[in-house]
Amino acid sequence: MAKGKSRMSQEVNAGSMADIAFLLLIFFLVTTTIASDKGILNVLPPKLDPNNPPPEIDKNERNIFTILVNANDDLLVEGEYRESADGLDEEIKMFVLNFAAPDEDAQALFNSLPASLRAQAKRDPESSDHPGEAVVSIKTNRGTSYEKFLEVFDLAKKAYFDIYAERVNLDTDEYRTLTGKDEAEEALIDKGKEGIPMAISIAEPDKIGS
Amino acid sequence: MAKFKKKTKTSESIPTSALPDIIFMLLFFFMVTTVLREQEILVEQKIPQATQLQKLQKKTLISYIYIGKPKNTALYGSEPRVQANDALMNTTDIVQWVNRERDALPEADRGMITISMKVDKDVKMGPISDVQTELREADARRVLYASVGKVVRN
Repeated sequence: MAKGKSRMSQEVNAGSMADIAFLLLIFFLVTTTIASDKGILNVLPPKLDPNNPPPEIDKNERNIFTILVNANDDLLVEGEYRESADGLDEEIKMFVLNFAAPDEDAQALFNSLPASLRAQAKRDPESSDHPGEAVVSIKTNRGTSYEKFLEVFDLAKKAYFDIYAERVNLDTDEYRTLTGKDEAEEALIDKGKEGIPMAISIAEPDKIGS
Repeated sequence: MAKFKKKTKTSESIPTSALPDIIFMLLFFFMVTTVLREQEILVEQKIPQATQLQKLQKKTLISYIYIGKPKNTALYGSEPRVQANDALMNTTDIVQWVNRERDALPEADRGMITISMKVDKDVKMGPISDVQTELREADARRVLYASVGKVVRN
């Protein structure tokens, strides 16, 4: 008696399961946009207080690496005209690591650097005194394209990240992906940056010729 | 003839019982990575390339601002415009918008608000500097220039 019933198949027909899953899959495939939250971080200067103007800073011209970009996306790097920004990262790196006239702290910093970075110190009296003083200044025009600006800014960042990474014996990409989520990473980040501030100054664009 | 027929004893059908599992696995992957777009982008967005990309840890701190030429030029003109949330706005409204975004954050995180600027390649620096002046005014000074990775050729 009971055996007669068990002849009916007890399995649920799962043949169409794949079709249902496919339908859902296609829906999510179509609606997916993989979010990209990557970019170049920048911290803007604080707003100008009319009652409290920023102090005039006397910096020697040799301590400033000036990059001007005009409305035609031409560059003027340290007074020299050029069309493309290629190789700018190496030049900024050389500029920062120049150590022409290091003071006591900077000399200690110099001694703490790995030999590969120390070898790059040219000690050119026309270039920066030491990394603490060196500033990279980027000035654009209102007509400069955003793409060009980002390219130059990107290269300036690359120069600094290269130095930081070389100090802690990492690849530049590895150093950049450090987020400081645990103490070991944070220590590594700080060790790279110590004494070499990332001084990239972005001047207000001028209005001429736009 | 009979000798040949013996060979066809092996079953010819591929077992498909594991197919739903494979499909489900794919499905879960896409379900997890999906961000349903809650807002329509009204301006053109061709994000420029860069190499020195950094990723932010806390996504909740990011507010997005889109700058580019409007897609609907008949309605909004062809000059670059600023979009935040789902509407275009004037640069003078940015301070207000930043303050609203900041109020939505928990109190401890308010100083760390980061504005991700998604700017079209073809925009000039003029409008961007105007926006940045407003951001300085609103004291939201952490800015992320959104960009996509560039393949470096050696």
